[in-house]
Amino acid sequence: MKHQIKIPVKAFAVVSVLLMTVGIMAFALHSDDKKSKVHASMLPVVKKDSIASVKAFKQVYTVLTSARCMNCHPSGNIPLQGDDSHLHTMSPQRGIDGKGVYAMKCSNCHQPTNTPGLHTPPGNPNWHLPPANMKMVFQGRTPRQLAEQLIDPKQNGHKDLKKLIEHADDGLVLSGWNPGEGRKLPPMSHAAFKKAWITWLTTGAYAPKGK
Amino acid sequence: MITITVNGKQHQVDADPNMPLLWVIRDVIGLTGTKYGCGVAQCGACVVHLNGDAVRSCVTKLSRAAGQQVITIEGLSENNNHPAQVAWNEENVPQCGYCHSGQIMSAAVLLKENSNPSDADIDSAMAGNICRCGTYQRIRKAIHLAAELQRKEAASK
Repeated sequence: MKHQIKIPVKAFAVVSVLLMTVGIMAFALHSDDKKSKVHASMLPVVKKDSIASVKAFKQVYTVLTSARCMNCHPSGNIPLQGDDSHLHTMSPQRGIDGKGVYAMKCSNCHQPTNTPGLHTPPGNPNWHLPPANMKMVFQGRTPRQLAEQLIDPKQNGHKDLKKLIEHADDGLVLSGWNPGEGRKLPPMSHAAFKKAWITWLTTGAYAPKGK
Repeated sequence: MITITVNGKQHQVDADPNMPLLWVIRDVIGLTGTKYGCGVAQCGACVVHLNGDAVRSCVTKLSRAAGQQVITIEGLSENNNHPAQVAWNEENVPQCGYCHSGQIMSAAVLLKENSNPSDADIDSAMAGNICRCGTYQRIRKAIHLAAELQRKEAASK
């Protein structure tokens, strides 16, 4: 008995075309998805809203001018210290790179982690002030002055919007919420601060009115 | 076991990595020239060099010094003849003497980085070293002399 295998040519052709179409669509959809993700991470979307922006900055300002942030952003060349932001005892100097001078470098006392005990030196592996050529002063700045300074690349370490957003998660910024024993925390959680920071930036980074 | 090099000699230390370097230097290795003052990095009596920086050994954990180079006052020079040590003798700087190993170790870092320090440079560098006898004027004078000795030594080479 002779068996003959019949190949359904039409059906085969239709299925092949369908499979190819699905494959191309899947590839195209995946590509679009990838592109949009890259796009979102590289260029944060700014939707201008001056009211929301100024409102968010008011929250940001309370954090940046709290002792935990402002103490390392002094108007002079000596850091501040304590919840009352007095001049740092021993008068350590900023130095060119913000890491102190000679036998008075920040890391000589400030260890990679907090030193145990009440009011002992807080720690971070990267402890420093802003450098002498980019002081990023918080102390004494009005909300308007600080907002304008923060978004000015000539004054903010050449940071664009993306880098400013990322800076909220900088290790030294985060250490403000891990200040060691006996020190007051900033006025809100890091998550709340980050939300306000990003809101301010992505609604146009408006500076509050006034001086 | 943690390995640290103190004054060029390698030591295997069987101690808690959180132990202050000062305890390791004094109690484990037995070098007692480095002094305990405040224990919270406020006075400078415990200053030693860690890879050339003037760290306060009372708050520096052993783990930070692991595998690193530590120099104490005993290892600052071969014959107690570092320019700062010579100048300290010459100017009769110490009164009670307790803080002076820390003072000299801080001065040595200043002199390494600045061969001709001004009064302002000296004040900036030494502001973290407290002397309860108040020998600050003699410390400043001795650092100027040490700088001069160091420059002469460099010129003669």
